Amino acid sequence: MALNLMLPQQEGHDNSGFAMVMQDLEGVFSHYKDKPLLSLACTPEGVQLVNDYMEERAFVQVAQWVPEVDKRPDLKINAMPRYVFRNYDYPEEYRTRSQKEREDLLLDTRLELRALLAEKQNGFVYSFWPDVLTLKEIGDPADIAVYFRLWNNDGRLTARNIVTQCRQNTNYAIVRYAAHPFFLQGYTVCANGENTFFTKNKEFQKSLHRGYVGFESDSQNFLYTLHYVLHELRWPIKYYKHVITPLPFVEVEKRADRKVLNLIRESLAHLEINGPNTIIGLLPDGKMITCCDSKKLRPVVVGGTSDMVAIASEVCGLNAIMPDRDLSKDIYPNEREMVVIDNDLAVQRWNQ
Amino acid sequence: MESVRTQDVSVNDLRWKIEYRPDLCTMCGSCVAACTFNAIDVGMMRRSITLSRKAFPDPTQEHSARPVIMQKPSIPSACVGCGMCEKICPNAAIKPVRNQDTRFSVLARQHGPVKRGGRTNLNPPRTLDSIFVGRISQMTDPALDSERHTFDIRSPLGRVMLAKELPLRVDGDSLVLTESTPPVHWIYPAIFSDMSIGALSTRAWEAIALAAAYLNEKCGMPVRMCSGEGGMPIKLLESDQLKYMILQIASGHFGWNRIIKAMPRMKTDPAGVLIKIGQGAKPGDGGLLPAAKVAPHIQAIRGVPKATLHSPPNHQGLYSIEESVQKMHLSLNAAFGFRVPVAIKCAASATSVSVYNNLLRDPYKICGGFFMDGIQGGTGAANEVSLEHTGHPIVSKLRDCYMAAVAHGLQGQIPLWVGGGIGLTGNAAADAFKMICLGANGVIIGKILIQLLGCVGNEHGRCNACNTGKCPTGICTQDPRLVKRLDVDRGAQNIVDYMLAFDSELRKLLAPVGNSSLPVGRSDALVTTDKAVADKLDIQYAC
Repeated sequence: MALNLMLPQQEGHDNSGFAMVMQDLEGVFSHYKDKPLLSLACTPEGVQLVNDYMEERAFVQVAQWVPEVDKRPDLKINAMPRYVFRNYDYPEEYRTRSQKEREDLLLDTRLELRALLAEKQNGFVYSFWPDVLTLKEIGDPADIAVYFRLWNNDGRLTARNIVTQCRQNTNYAIVRYAAHPFFLQGYTVCANGENTFFTKNKEFQKSLHRGYVGFESDSQNFLYTLHYVLHELRWPIKYYKHVITPLPFVEVEKRADRKVLNLIRESLAHLEINGPNTIIGLLPDGKMITCCDSKKLRPVVVGGTSDMVAIASEVCGLNAIMPDRDLSKDIYPNEREMVVIDNDLAVQRWNQ
Repeated sequence: MESVRTQDVSVNDLRWKIEYRPDLCTMCGSCVAACTFNAIDVGMMRRSITLSRKAFPDPTQEHSARPVIMQKPSIPSACVGCGMCEKICPNAAIKPVRNQDTRFSVLARQHGPVKRGGRTNLNPPRTLDSIFVGRISQMTDPALDSERHTFDIRSPLGRVMLAKELPLRVDGDSLVLTESTPPVHWIYPAIFSDMSIGALSTRAWEAIALAAAYLNEKCGMPVRMCSGEGGMPIKLLESDQLKYMILQIASGHFGWNRIIKAMPRMKTDPAGVLIKIGQGAKPGDGGLLPAAKVAPHIQAIRGVPKATLHSPPNHQGLYSIEESVQKMHLSLNAAFGFRVPVAIKCAASATSVSVYNNLLRDPYKICGGFFMDGIQGGTGAANEVSLEHTGHPIVSKLRDCYMAAVAHGLQGQIPLWVGGGIGLTGNAAADAFKMICLGANGVIIGKILIQLLGCVGNEHGRCNACNTGKCPTGICTQDPRLVKRLDVDRGAQNIVDYMLAFDSELRKLLAPVGNSSLPVGRSDALVTTDKAVADKLDIQYAC
């Protein structure tokens, strides 16, 4: 379904890659929703390195799904030798620990695995989180789907929430990590556009949290700020928009909460974004969000039926998967707006 | 015949020579009257003229004594090239010309070091001039329309807290403030620099204050002006316009008595307090107001006798940065009820980063800004040796401070305001934009303001006589006859016009990089054609 949504937006593809994050999984992973799922693309040596590391850290493997890839010779894909999706149980001592300690363990494990695999270019680790699967690949999106047999609706790889994008980043070198969407501790973000404040965002974020690493793409910043506002500062979601696109000073002056808004702007001035972009995000609780830069220089549309809501860059994508929806209910968010879709598919739209 | 005195000073030893055309001169005397430096005089010269008054050649020779304008061959009354004679001469008969063969610097130290207004005559190439705004949005990150788009051009003055330290409590889906926080004012990113009433004439100071108030009240540009060391007129202290003024306390504490006494009658808080530790043009030399400029009203405002006023090179009795922060900031913050940001101004120096690092660690969170002044800053009187041979270029030091803050994740916590040569080439907006991209929150401009008032001094040794009390334009003197030369309203209008153009130019630079708010730290927007500059500032090299 996600792929079908992407196809009509083909103009936006440059056949440089495909990536997706799936959350709230069904199919082969439905029995292991509480067990962290490791998503890897690596060499055989990489698998061995990961095996040794996880064993040493007392993670217990409880399940594994290795996609049966279609190795047709004419596919435009720059595949890695091995793709591994594994559920682990927490080490014995962590089974009674707090949620935060577990979250920190999963993050640190992923970061260490990333460093381990990067050392001799043995592979990539995209996510290590319960009920979340990440797949990133370089090549033609349609061919990548053929390779992983994503067209087969065999029910093995399904999820309630999917964030996907069909291209690599354009501003920097093609690196697997650079493909949208990006994932960190339950938060997923992809973006259409650019981040002209990349350098200042990056320079600030680097010291904010150990998980803010990579910066292979200029829009990774959007994820890190989302994570910082919601996960680290624990502020309500409406403040994400106030951090990334602060209201103009003249407008703030008219608001009753101007003191708070000014403080936020002062403190997090370096997390502001000012370039052309649309952000689409998925939160740990399954809510999906979308919002734009302060000038609304990139398109986005939200549309839905009674059993599905989707956010896409272009309306042709929605038309492909929901041709019979009520078009009059489509939402084209404006620059100061945010759209939040709940798990029960209730769509909220508010002004900043 | 008189014997030749080879040691005598001749006109050719001076920096400027008067080019005089007796054939055009009507001997009106205006040039002599206008010359504040007493560099020219009316004299008599014996002339031999060959004349032919008939219809055919009939030459006769006449010898006559004629009045002429002559330049004095004297160091104390050397021409400074201000060109007032040329401006006032109705017949274009006189003008100063730069003298390549000058021996002035060798001869002028008979009475101690040469003192001069704040312009260096050594002119290394400016770093800012090798930097360009290189990341121009074309397609994927579109440029904005600088004329139609709304821009949000404001900078903070005041101590900023880290988000994690903010006293905010979640209440439902909102955040609620639970305690007060240090005062932060969002102002225009160009502050009128600290030039004291005393260094400037009352009219010049008034013109700048008038421009600041006009920009605030009529143009919607919240520009702030710093008083400079030396206090303020009581009327201003007790008026609403005080809100546009940053009060300065420097090492001499001149004028503070009056400010403290006026506090109970102040209608409004000042925009800030700036504690000046040092200045860019003569760092480590303190302030200097020569006796020639200490007029009666200056004595009244500062509470001093008529004498040369030296501010010490440091705040006496303070031993360390920590002590400065504690004593001065705590007392000044407390005096204004913690409602007014208190910032520090230092000269850029090899140790600036240490100072900034120290301030960032300040446990009281009380330093509301770090102002840095580079070698090309300053307008006051100074010894030439300090002016030309001490100090630090501002660009790399700003960058060092910003990157030091980045290393600790503390950028933006203490706003960085920088000056020293901003607008030296006349293009202050371009300089400001580049400095902001390199990490400044805003810039301080001074010299360009007095140039807008009519100052003719430049970096090639023209005029540079701010110390003499003889400023020919009435900007830098307290002589009532000279002060009258300055038209306050016209001066203020020049500054307002320039600032409106500055704002427009800033938009012209923000628009092509696709930003509607200030690009603080957006070093990726800059490129430089100098490899060494690229390496030092960590910006892209382009050739």
